[in-house]
Amino acid sequence: MPIEFTLNGKPVSIDAPADKPLLWAIREDAGATGTKFGCGIAMCGACTVHLDGSPTRSCVLPLSAVAGRSVTTVEGVRGDAAMAVREAWRKLDVVQCGYCQSGQMMSATALLESNPSPTDEQIDAAMSGNLCRCATYHRIRAAIHVAAKQLTGENA
Amino acid sequence: MKPSDLSSTRRQFLKVSALGGAGFLIGCSESSAPPAKETAAAPSLLPPAADADLNAFIKVQADNTVTVVVKHLDKGQGVTTGLPAIVAEELDANWGQMRAEFAPADPSRYNNFAFGPVQGTGGSTSIANSWMQLRQAAAAARAMLAQAAAEAWGVPLEDIDITAGLVKAGDQQATFGELAALAAEVAPPAEPQLKAPEAFKLIGTDLPRLDSAAKTDGSARFTIDVAPEGAWVAVVAHPPRFGATVASVDSAAAEALEGVHRVVLIPRGVAVLADSYFTANKARSLLKIEWDFANAENRGSAEIEADFTALLGGPGLEARSDGDADGALDSGDRVLEQDFQFPFLAHATMEPMDCIVDLSPERCEIWTASQIPTLDQGTTAAITGLTPDKIVIHTQFAGGSFGRRAVPDSDFVAEAVMIAKAIEGAAPVKLQWSREDDMRGGRYRPIAVHRIRGAVSEDGKITAWHQRIASQSIIKGTAFEVMMTSELDPSVVEGSRQLPYDIPNIQVEAHQPETGVPVLWWRSVGHTHNAYVTEVFFDQLARVAGRDPYEMRRDMLANHPRHLAVLNRAAEAAGWGTDLGPNRGRGIAVHESFNSFVAEVAEVTVDNGKLKVDRIVCAVDCGIAITPDVVKAQMEGGIGYGLSAALREAVTLTNGEVDQGNFNAYQPLRINEMPDIEVHIVNSGEAPTGVGEPGTPPSAPAVANAIMDATGQVISRLPFGDQIA
Repeated sequence: MPIEFTLNGKPVSIDAPADKPLLWAIREDAGATGTKFGCGIAMCGACTVHLDGSPTRSCVLPLSAVAGRSVTTVEGVRGDAAMAVREAWRKLDVVQCGYCQSGQMMSATALLESNPSPTDEQIDAAMSGNLCRCATYHRIRAAIHVAAKQLTGENA
Repeated sequence: MKPSDLSSTRRQFLKVSALGGAGFLIGCSESSAPPAKETAAAPSLLPPAADADLNAFIKVQADNTVTVVVKHLDKGQGVTTGLPAIVAEELDANWGQMRAEFAPADPSRYNNFAFGPVQGTGGSTSIANSWMQLRQAAAAARAMLAQAAAEAWGVPLEDIDITAGLVKAGDQQATFGELAALAAEVAPPAEPQLKAPEAFKLIGTDLPRLDSAAKTDGSARFTIDVAPEGAWVAVVAHPPRFGATVASVDSAAAEALEGVHRVVLIPRGVAVLADSYFTANKARSLLKIEWDFANAENRGSAEIEADFTALLGGPGLEARSDGDADGALDSGDRVLEQDFQFPFLAHATMEPMDCIVDLSPERCEIWTASQIPTLDQGTTAAITGLTPDKIVIHTQFAGGSFGRRAVPDSDFVAEAVMIAKAIEGAAPVKLQWSREDDMRGGRYRPIAVHRIRGAVSEDGKITAWHQRIASQSIIKGTAFEVMMTSELDPSVVEGSRQLPYDIPNIQVEAHQPETGVPVLWWRSVGHTHNAYVTEVFFDQLARVAGRDPYEMRRDMLANHPRHLAVLNRAAEAAGWGTDLGPNRGRGIAVHESFNSFVAEVAEVTVDNGKLKVDRIVCAVDCGIAITPDVVKAQMEGGIGYGLSAALREAVTLTNGEVDQGNFNAYQPLRINEMPDIEVHIVNSGEAPTGVGEPGTPPSAPAVANAIMDATGQVISRLPFGDQIA
């Protein structure tokens, strides 16, 4: 039975086993490869997507769980927070290898959507599920502050 | 472009287009790029704009973009920005028109001069070994463009001016794109004129990274994202112990699973090929395999460490001998002895190892991110029987590497080729390792143990230094064995052998015991343990001497100005000597690696056995800093990588089996543990050297010395996150 849900605002129907993780359905069946595989046990955050707007680790979420729901990936994320995050990431040249950054940006976007001006402690709490082996953490923190300032109208 | 112009050009837009399947164009378009249609004062004199290769490294396109062919792998260290910056400088291009693409594996054009006849990335050599090559290539291309314009316009060559991507003479002007086809017909100058460093306009400014746009919208292509039509996904059941082999396999249940194409035996284990990673993984768990452990490494890591430690009682291969260290140690000065222990470390790149192979009887195409593609060509040739020129390697962005993708025996690339051969090219093979495959796949930073003795005289001087190391050779028995001029593997002693301090009696020795665990270079290689031992033991001796560890270093580095300059800069910027308040400590370390010099000052808080690294101030001298912001990023990342290992990372084995499989057991640094980092670049004006690795070695000892300062605790066993008293 194909499973139907909304991916990046468009209806999709994926014919895959119900227990296939959403990550692999997105990548292999829907062909959206921006979301990355890092650990398969929700310990690294590289696979973070938004499920009905909430940051979710797609590597442990069975495809059946998203039937009728809305999934957003780095390719399709929109809105003021998402744009501010992307711009700040580019302004500060946060990326190094870049592999974890889709997940980092999805977590950061969700944080700013719920809290437009987070403290360092709130950033650490929201972002500590996202590993970066290049250790770009220093710039991630700074970029979230830059994005927050843009969202709240302060001078960045 | 001046630094002050950057704010208006920082906004970047995606520009990624397929190039005939050969690779990706990396770059951004900016409003300041000179578009072809706005120029062309005298179009009738020029043929229509066309793409042209001006040499092996520089392609100019009709749309006026300049693509630099990057012979190195980009694993985050920024070569797709740094190498184009060198070209843009000598070419007098506009940064907005610059692009990058990865070179094919081709030993006739793209070897690394530091590696011998091999194309490769490693040892923090990319900038250093491309520096003159790309300057000459770009200066030659610039001369060809100028000559083409002079001939087209009928003006003397001296009248041609090239600035920020525009070629001008009097009222006439043209873009590179408009001149490219004509320039490609001009003979390149024998000795292209290079700029004097004082004339640099782009080098030394904060140019935006060319890969930022693609890496922030999901479009950057890594190996895991390559999916040839009809490819079968492969996973491999590897032996649970290193060196074990398959005795028997029952694959009936796995093969019965819907979506499984094939189960094949390869020299490295049992491969399952299926229609998806999910199915392949599931089928792998259904395999019933009996393993033969007769030739396996069956020791645990504790036994290996004990065996290494036992060697420290006797002399090893001599790496350095100044004066008479043994005699000086017996002379009656105050003598301190300390052992140090370092575990196996996994690189744990965010992207687990992966490789795609499309094999036919005539040709083999490979998509992967490899640090040594021409060795992979050779390995593939040996497996397939094809000649290397029939093996095409498409280099992808690497999701981290830190040395992991520079495997002399080709490791995962060889594995993918073996699978493709086993199925006789029935379909393209996409080999995908799980995190557990990756963590348990070996190629670790080797275990190292040290025994070190030092003597301090009555007047507070270090008079003797005797260091003995036992660690596994990384290069013995590999294609890189030629780097060994004697039995000694230089990577075992690197950083200890070159101890810069003014000490009259120094002896450094090494034992190189073998194990069945495959080991590899891990970001800064031997410096990871050697810098820790030398810098922590130095502080221990400074305490014996009753001296400030910074001042004592300063006094003993008088003959090493580059060490001294970064040491002083870091100490000054960190406010060395100022009061930190209760429960806090400050530590310093300085180390040269890969021809770059780095000093770091760490500040920590130790409260009720809980450690927090508050701040690290870093000073680096890497010669001319081509793209200073990338240099800073590499210092930040290198520090984080070293700190991560210092706090918690260790691969352990029990009865030959690796205990850790995933990030729940092997726990890298997370954002809440990342200190504030401040990086200062010391400009020595020397030729540029590497930055990928040199930030790592001083970080752990600087933190350990800060803990010693706060509490007096000496930390001799890594990792130390759970040892804080």
